[in-house]
Amino acid sequence: MTTSTDTLVPFGEAVERYEPVIGLETHVELGTRTKMFCGCITTFGAEPNSQVCPVCLGLPGSLPVVNRMAIEYTIRIGLALNCTIATWCRFARKNYFYPDMPKNFQISQYDEPLCTDGWLDVPVGDQITRVGIERVHLEEDTGKSLHVGGVTGRIHGAEYSLVDYNRAGIPLVEIVTKPVAGTGADAPVVARAYVTELRDLVRALGVSDVRMEEGSLRSDVNVSLAPRGASQWGKRTETKNVNSLRSVQRAVEFEIERQAAVLDAGRRVIQETRHFHEDTGTTTSGRSKEEAQDYRYFPEPDLVPVAPPAEWVAQIRAALPEAPSKVRARLQAEWNVSDLEMDAILNAGALDLVAGTVAAGASPADARKWWLGELSRQAHDTGRELAALAITPAQVARVAALVSAGTLNDTLAREVIDGVLAGEGSPDAIVEARGLSVVSDEGALTAAVDQAIADNPDVAAKVRDGKVAAAGPLVGAVMKATDRKADAARVRQLILDRLSR
Amino acid sequence: MPTELTRMTAADLSAALAAGEVSSAEVTRAHLERIAAVDDRVHAFLHVAADSAMAQAAKVDERRGQGEPLGPLAGVPVAVKDVFTTTGLPTTCGSRILEGWHPPYDATITRRLKQAGAIIVGKTNMDEFAMGSSTENSAFGPSRNPWDLDKVPGGSSGGSAAAVAAYEAPLAIGTDTGGSIRQPAAVCGIVGTKPTYGGNSRYGVVAFASSLDTPGPLGRTVLDAALLHEAISGHDPCDSTSIDAPVPPVVAAARDADVSGMRIGVVAELSGDGYQPGVLSRFAEAVELLESLGAKITEVSCPHFRYALPAYYLIAPSECSSNLARFDAMRYGLRIGDDGTRDAEEVMALTREAGFGAEVKRRIILGTYALSSGYYDAYYGKAQQVRTLIIRDFDAAFGQVDVLVSPATPTTAFSIGERADDPMAMYLADLCTIPSDLAGNAAISVPCGLAPENGLPVGLQVMAPVLADDRLYRVAAAAEAAFTGRWGHPLLAEAKGLEGRRP
Amino acid sequence: MSITRDEVAHLARLARIALSDAELDHLAPQLDQIITAVAQVQEVAAEGIPPTSHATGLANVFRDDVPVPCLTPEQALDQAPAVEQQRFKVPRILGED
Repeated sequence: MTTSTDTLVPFGEAVERYEPVIGLETHVELGTRTKMFCGCITTFGAEPNSQVCPVCLGLPGSLPVVNRMAIEYTIRIGLALNCTIATWCRFARKNYFYPDMPKNFQISQYDEPLCTDGWLDVPVGDQITRVGIERVHLEEDTGKSLHVGGVTGRIHGAEYSLVDYNRAGIPLVEIVTKPVAGTGADAPVVARAYVTELRDLVRALGVSDVRMEEGSLRSDVNVSLAPRGASQWGKRTETKNVNSLRSVQRAVEFEIERQAAVLDAGRRVIQETRHFHEDTGTTTSGRSKEEAQDYRYFPEPDLVPVAPPAEWVAQIRAALPEAPSKVRARLQAEWNVSDLEMDAILNAGALDLVAGTVAAGASPADARKWWLGELSRQAHDTGRELAALAITPAQVARVAALVSAGTLNDTLAREVIDGVLAGEGSPDAIVEARGLSVVSDEGALTAAVDQAIADNPDVAAKVRDGKVAAAGPLVGAVMKATDRKADAARVRQLILDRLSR
Repeated sequence: MPTELTRMTAADLSAALAAGEVSSAEVTRAHLERIAAVDDRVHAFLHVAADSAMAQAAKVDERRGQGEPLGPLAGVPVAVKDVFTTTGLPTTCGSRILEGWHPPYDATITRRLKQAGAIIVGKTNMDEFAMGSSTENSAFGPSRNPWDLDKVPGGSSGGSAAAVAAYEAPLAIGTDTGGSIRQPAAVCGIVGTKPTYGGNSRYGVVAFASSLDTPGPLGRTVLDAALLHEAISGHDPCDSTSIDAPVPPVVAAARDADVSGMRIGVVAELSGDGYQPGVLSRFAEAVELLESLGAKITEVSCPHFRYALPAYYLIAPSECSSNLARFDAMRYGLRIGDDGTRDAEEVMALTREAGFGAEVKRRIILGTYALSSGYYDAYYGKAQQVRTLIIRDFDAAFGQVDVLVSPATPTTAFSIGERADDPMAMYLADLCTIPSDLAGNAAISVPCGLAPENGLPVGLQVMAPVLADDRLYRVAAAAEAAFTGRWGHPLLAEAKGLEGRRP
Repeated sequence: MSITRDEVAHLARLARIALSDAELDHLAPQLDQIITAVAQVQEVAAEGIPPTSHATGLANVFRDDVPVPCLTPEQALDQAPAVEQQRFKVPRILGED
């Protein structure tokens, strides 16, 4: 059942009477070449069970060995989140039975995470909210199951399941925030902004491609409500299956509305795990977990402690790239754009693209114009993301340069862009192949202008009389005659010159 | 002649093979014939690998024939406890839940044996998943002690010990977690070593208790055990708990056998109530013997050793309850009850019920209990603290002496069935061996005589510091030489169980 | 009594072992005896004594992030009780994760 039968209190009312406290647990799949504890490759989308070995299959007798790069990547994340890096810590076994877990325990970290006690400053509107980070730790991912026989492939009502262990053993970093209180009505937006900022930060660190749609970034959302002014926080629910930034926001909203109704009715919020449904924007109760699972954690005896030497941590710290917030501030100043204009760039997901185009020689204004204009339109029309378009910042810069040089006008430039997107080659090659350069041969232009004047005597007369604005149709005629390969401004100037004599 | 070949030590076989006096094919065939002749009574083997053994032997002979320089174990038969993964051969761990399982990979130790040219003649019987001290917990029937077929050969490496004692193979590999190499060696009148934990590799050893399991050699002589010890030892990058250090010079120490000036400590706590008089008297004689060879004997107290048994029976079951969770009918092994109406959890529970024996179930439940929230600190946590104290006892003792000695086990071989359903009585067999498993240091059992009351073998245990395995062999070899001199023959020559008379 | 029959039954369920009543009758008293005996560790004065989880004292054992040949799907699935679409076929699983 994906429709919720819960009563809801409208959001505005709910946050008036209740204070939400939110928390987020985010899992990031690291982009290491090999798995956490074995040398199997991690490429996405391989044939089932073709990237497995005795270790990640948990065969009897197999033993894990820690991937050094995964430790380094995790320390990078921890440092970027202003955490303290443990001088000594261990892996622990989290014991529970589930067919997608080959050993029926997960190697994770329990009371000794690799990184603790940090923060992330999150821009929300024009404010910065500091979200505390409780811990960052490393663990291994599970296999993936296909449920057969039920409705829509969901687990309920399935007859049996088919398990693929290719993803078993992929390194996962779990980032847990401290509870975030005092956000009030902004809670859903703050939650979304946090995940967004975290995603951008992790991407900038080069440790994961953090695509929520592909599952390399997953976020569980914790929400609790307490009556305004109450001294204690309420019981929290944990919502899983939140697969997009928008869902993060919607899940928080829904839980606030649902929990407010529960509390209004004098009932207690059940501390449980809930499941988010994309199609309805609602959450439903997962397996009843009134009694918390006892995972019987104990230190992993097959692995020895991890004690990152101070020099290594210092090296990692020194090599950290600039934080996205700093990058944004710097670029905004360099490009001299307003906050509104900057927001537009960020909302379009165009920051790196614009920056890359500027780096390739275009002016910030030109870079913005093409990415936020023509290319955004193309992306929208074809239902793709800006970054997924088949054109590089360097190519966009080249097109802008050709326009500045007068070789292309805007119309021709759009045709060149079409060509690049269609895979016809580089901008220069397309200009050559399609013969798209602006007609700048004065003689040809003058001839076309004279022809247009001759063909439109009434219009010409008006212009001669001083009605400069009436030149439009003449310009149009010349453009048509030259297959739009003339520079419109130049044509207009020629017409005016011609008719002013 | 076949009988003679099976009576030769691995060292002598090695020399004969190197000298071209005999081929590996002949040696292997002789041992396979011996197995065929006696194993219906001894039941040391769960699987005899006749074809692959003869094929391996042929290859070794060919390589030798081409003048290739080969190591000391090339062409020598070895029996492998069924807890090590071996491609091409089944690996059952003595359990129904893995009956018929053919692993797709070799244990590192299996690989090292193959690289050394040793001939794997078969997989030996064991207590299920290495839990037990008598091999009676095997799902496939117990092995029997070649000294007296109504007696247990010890456990959990009982099959390996029986195979060696019955001359079915000159060498065997076992694992020692609470004493499972030393105790069977002691009650079968042969030599067995628990190397320093981490001194070789656990990769491919089906895990019972990860922080305790230690693969090790069994042989009829100290030198034979040393040769095998060296062949399997060394760091393994596939095992994070293996130590990256040079292998202690065990073979040299076994050949040297000089204990003059060595300081030997007798552990005061490993004696007294529960120890068979004949065991204590033979042990005392062994200590006197070592003194007569020039060693200095003192008594040493290790006060926390009395808590070793309870600590072990918390730590080992806890780790095993987690290690054995993977046996759930989903990916390999037994699957029971999958008739289309039952869900995964039911099938898991029915399979584990049918596939595990009583001792395994006891230890899984015990371990689940000890790790439960609310109980962790008082049980598992406390046991780990006791472990620290035992390590400190050893450190203090080794500050005063070079090695420690004790009986290997409180009694000689008990009768089959005698302790089978009395877990507490069974656990007492590990009293002397457990401390070294908890501390991870090296220990050996070497025969030191027959108990007067029943004519059954007694083992002398020697314990050495971490990575000082060579000291074990030095002392054991000295004792062995002196005893053999005194007896006029190796102890094993007196075993009557199989032949009914002395050869 | 250190542990009751009911507690043993509960632990068996946690450990996914479908013990029969007869087995429970047999094992529960044995476990009670064992737990009483191992509880001896609580007699040890261990104030301030660090627990030992790893006896070797090793730390920082790592492998490089370099691929190593793995099993073929045939090898991986060869011993599986049931296979479909190159995956391990398992009975229906209850509940959400």
